[in-house]
Amino acid sequence: MNSFTYSPPTAVDAAVRERINRPDSAYIGGGTNLIDLMKENVAHPTHLIGLKKLPLAEIENLPDGGLRLGAMATNADTAWHPEVEKRYPLLNQAILAGATPQLRNMATNGGNLMQRTRCYYFYDLATPCNKREPGTGCSAIGGYNRIHAILGASEQCIATHPSDMCVALAALEAVVRVSSPQGERSISFANFHRLPGDRPELDNTLRPGELITALDLPKKGFAKNFTYLKLRDRSSYAFAVVSVAAALELDGDIITDARLALGGVAHKPWRKAEAEQLLIGKPATLVTFRQAAAELLAGAEGHAHNAFKIELAKRAIVRALKQATEMDYVLDTNAFQNSNP
Amino acid sequence: MSQTIANPPVVRLGTDYIGKPTSRVDGTAKVTGAAKYAAEYNVPNLLYGVVVCSHITKGRITKIHAADVLAVPGVVQVFSHENVPSLAWFDHNYKDDVAPGGSPFRPLHEPEIRFNMQPVALVVADTFELARYAASILEIEYEVEPHETDLEKKRDDGYEPGRGKSGWMPPPPPRGNPNQAYRKAPHQHEAEYIHLAQHHNPMEMFATTVEWLGDGQKLNIFDKTQGAYNVQQYITKIFGLSKEEARVITKYTGGGFGSGLRPQYQAFMAVLAALELKQSVRVSLTRQQMFSFGHRPHTLQYVKLAADDNGTLQALHHSALAETSQFEDFTENVVNWSGMLYQCENVKLKYQLAKADVFSPLDMRAPGAATGSYALEVAMDELAYKAGIDPLQFRLLNYADRDQNADKPFSSKKLRECYHQGAAKFGWDKRNPKPRSMRKNGKLVGYGMATGVWDATQKKAAAKACFTADGRLTVSSASNDIGTGTYTIMTQIAAQTLGLPLEAVTFVLGDTNLPEAPVQGGSWTAASVGSAVEAVCQDLGKSLLKLAQKMDDSPLKGVDFEDVQFVNGLIRRNDDIQQSVVIRDVLQANGEKELTAESGAAPDMMKQMGYSMHAHNAVFVEVQVDEELGTLHVTRVVNAVAAGRILNPKTARSQVLGSIVWGIGMALMEETIMDHGFGRFMNHNLAEYHIPVMADIHDLQVVFVEEEDEIVNPLGVKGIGEVGLLGVAAAISNAAFHATGKRVRDLPVLINKLM
Amino acid sequence: MSQLAQPTLGRAPVALAPTQPLTLRINGENRTLNVAPWTTLLDALREYLDLTGTKKGCDHGQCGACTVLVNGKRINSCLSLAVMQESEDITTIEGIGTAEELHPLQQAFIDHDAFQCGYCTPGQICSAVALLKEGRGKTEAEVRDLMSGNLCRCGAYTNILSAVMEVVNAQKA
Repeated sequence: MNSFTYSPPTAVDAAVRERINRPDSAYIGGGTNLIDLMKENVAHPTHLIGLKKLPLAEIENLPDGGLRLGAMATNADTAWHPEVEKRYPLLNQAILAGATPQLRNMATNGGNLMQRTRCYYFYDLATPCNKREPGTGCSAIGGYNRIHAILGASEQCIATHPSDMCVALAALEAVVRVSSPQGERSISFANFHRLPGDRPELDNTLRPGELITALDLPKKGFAKNFTYLKLRDRSSYAFAVVSVAAALELDGDIITDARLALGGVAHKPWRKAEAEQLLIGKPATLVTFRQAAAELLAGAEGHAHNAFKIELAKRAIVRALKQATEMDYVLDTNAFQNSNP
Repeated sequence: MSQTIANPPVVRLGTDYIGKPTSRVDGTAKVTGAAKYAAEYNVPNLLYGVVVCSHITKGRITKIHAADVLAVPGVVQVFSHENVPSLAWFDHNYKDDVAPGGSPFRPLHEPEIRFNMQPVALVVADTFELARYAASILEIEYEVEPHETDLEKKRDDGYEPGRGKSGWMPPPPPRGNPNQAYRKAPHQHEAEYIHLAQHHNPMEMFATTVEWLGDGQKLNIFDKTQGAYNVQQYITKIFGLSKEEARVITKYTGGGFGSGLRPQYQAFMAVLAALELKQSVRVSLTRQQMFSFGHRPHTLQYVKLAADDNGTLQALHHSALAETSQFEDFTENVVNWSGMLYQCENVKLKYQLAKADVFSPLDMRAPGAATGSYALEVAMDELAYKAGIDPLQFRLLNYADRDQNADKPFSSKKLRECYHQGAAKFGWDKRNPKPRSMRKNGKLVGYGMATGVWDATQKKAAAKACFTADGRLTVSSASNDIGTGTYTIMTQIAAQTLGLPLEAVTFVLGDTNLPEAPVQGGSWTAASVGSAVEAVCQDLGKSLLKLAQKMDDSPLKGVDFEDVQFVNGLIRRNDDIQQSVVIRDVLQANGEKELTAESGAAPDMMKQMGYSMHAHNAVFVEVQVDEELGTLHVTRVVNAVAAGRILNPKTARSQVLGSIVWGIGMALMEETIMDHGFGRFMNHNLAEYHIPVMADIHDLQVVFVEEEDEIVNPLGVKGIGEVGLLGVAAAISNAAFHATGKRVRDLPVLINKLM
Repeated sequence: MSQLAQPTLGRAPVALAPTQPLTLRINGENRTLNVAPWTTLLDALREYLDLTGTKKGCDHGQCGACTVLVNGKRINSCLSLAVMQESEDITTIEGIGTAEELHPLQQAFIDHDAFQCGYCTPGQICSAVALLKEGRGKTEAEVRDLMSGNLCRCGAYTNILSAVMEVVNAQKA
């Protein structure tokens, strides 16, 4: 770990100014990912700007009926917030499917968006990695790539974004609010994370110095028909092999609105309007679900160790949609609700 | 003690502790955080060392840019092969008690790189953070050579090891005519079974705190190890120290599972730095570095089995090819068990190694047997289906009443009772034999079973007992408690042998100033140290009796040791239990402050040589599989174990529960993935090397089958730390097949293999 | 692999941040220590304050052995900097109970043999103390999941669950 200085400003504009003035600095929220990366020498800022004293921990209703999640509210406080539990249970489920109670107590909402890939090669300084050191090559392509991307990857990088929370936020079409010396702006969730392309070192579209201040959830929470389904290599405390956020609105048997997002498969939570359009206006049947699944996975490409994820993701989508509609659903999901591997 | 109370009165005695569920005597220290582990001795003026590991697999170091690092204020030294002083030259100085054949790896000895993550430097600084930082900026240049780390590429390079480590037995010669018998039999099965490397990953990372006590003085070496004496002899031989100069202390060990059998390199480095810098030094490994030394080796196994229409085994072939390092022949008994577990006249066993550019593998819980029993027991299941016989019935039909490998009877073997009691508790009779026939809550349900055998071993051990006038007994031996319950069972044995309340007895371990005990491994501690503790307490009891007989009006005058019993704080006559002396009065009455005895125990070779001595188990597993998604849950496990006398059912049950959890890990998630392009383990952390979490664990039940054995040792114990693991991974694999009809022959059974 | 460039390993030294006095409130007492920002809360406890009951099992938030309570909430102390915890109320295993006065969970861990080597135990107990406060783990299935942030390599989970459920149920009653 590098040596660094630390300061905890109390105002957003001060924090942002400090970040701009110190190019080698980094913001630190809960620290659960950054300190890990610093211990691995993947990240080596010389100055940390602590965000914990900023007034960004509130969760409050918005005038338009939405909900604002402060960037510094913890994942735990967010998941268990009465408004989130009641109106956005998909988000509650996704957050609780990730990490552990300890980590969720530390990790912040802004930090969750900023967490970096779990790619073995990215984390290991002994191996080349374009994301860590642009131009050195991608070791995962042709290496061990069970946890890598099947969608939206490039020849430069096949890393995945590891978050569960972000998969739900993508489905819910949250809006990311950021501050910079130039003022505030909003970024739609779909545009926040990016695909690796030929700049795999960039995980997102933040401009230099920008600070996430809040996540705004639109009014529509899909609180009735939703599922977050996470498949992983052990029953808890493991990153997703594949995860699905499914949210529907139903009028009788007819789907009137639909959101589908995948985790564990791409450099960002994976959505596709065409897949959701295949659901909307159609009866909630397995046939419809399979069509949507096929569309969402269209163009998926596997590598030596992760090709199975293509079929697994399709099946997981169908299952998640089945669960969301509670259609003929006989599996005892409650028995392992929190421990589905 | 069986002699002491040969004819005890019928009433249960208050100081009879053996066989009673007893809470750990070190429990309070562990739940309050007071128990101190190796990295927790905060001695004054402590320096911190951080290890730098190679990121190449083969080649040599051409330059170490130490000067840049030494220029950082607070950095004290960078140790590497360039500046390590002349140390012992011969291989035997580097051989520890558990070393396999070959030439042990010498840390910081030469520029050659022989495996990835080879420790190449130790950076020592005033604080841990500074040492960690300095280590991270140390630049090392290498000349890289091509490597080969993949056992799959070495299939044709297998050789039969001629030199193993102690305890390793080459496979017995073939018996009968296995090839012909196989060809003639109506039911045949052959298949390959594979698992990759697995790592022990005890929760406590390896660490050594060396306390520098002054020039010409002594080192106190607080080390994480499973054998204090083993570390001491290693350190003294390498550094030319006397035993007095290198005291090794290990009061608590945060898990071992075999990883601490051999001295690890941080112990060498911490001692080196302390001697060179004449200051106290602590070296702790990182979790990543916990993947830089021994592991359960990647092993390829081939099993061929055949049976006749009655279900009688006609032929058994079992061969294994395992990786080892370029410098040592790590050997474990993988295939031998297959010639012993079932009655079979035609057997051929083969065990080979292949050299790869990896570090030497290392014994990992039930070494060899966990590997071998997995392949054999899945193969047995496969053949049972082919022969149309229930897998349990198939095993009962081929039950071995005699060890055919050694051509000896078993000293005791209650495996049949394990099968019966385990099956009854599990409800095996409710199994529909047809695969894919059982369902629950929309999931496929599978029942599977398997079995295992493990050595019952006793090693030589010594112990000391000291009884003081305040009525307290302290018994000591340089054994370990890696979580096995040594502190507790030794206290129970000592208390019962001398008839004292548990609270009056303290057992001390983990210190080379104490009488020698073997490394804690092989499930032999209870038998070995337990026998020594019993022996030394009996010796002390004899002295106590003599003193008691000197007391005025002693009712014990003239009686022999065999004619008295030590119970409830009294020495009393067998023939009239009202005639007694209070033990704690004995020293005071004689004006003595303390009474000590030193003694030991060794296996009774004459008694044992005619027998094959083993513990056995039978495991029954229920799984539920969501076939569409490939997810599998182990919903129920019954593990029936026959391991001789159970000294403490409470701690012994925990050992078996832990073994089941290990089996679940082995079956479903554990594998260390090497990128052979780099020759480097890539999932070298606990986020990606998955071990089970609580959510993976459901209904686990342990059955101890009563088993008396007067041959293995006077206590009749066989050891319980490893046998419980055997068969678990196979039973889960077999249950997965019963549930799904899919046979997975390479561990672990991940989502993608079942969907 | 040969076509890939060698990654950069050595880095130029940077100026070292000075140590500064820091006061932490631990187990109800103010403790002052001199550390630089790079000292984690875990290392501050173990290496600077001799509070070694909190364990280092991975140093990367992947095992839970370092669990302590901050303002009553469980966190991984290895992933927090000591400077980030100034003025917070920190509770370690040493503040949960003493040998003379064990916390009911500590007693339950002993009674149920909920540990073997003991190394994950302080973290397990701190985690369970927080679980009780959170008031969410009521059933065995919930407790299994909500205690999954604490690895136990000895595999004592069955007994840990029994110990925690005993106290959970006693609290319900």
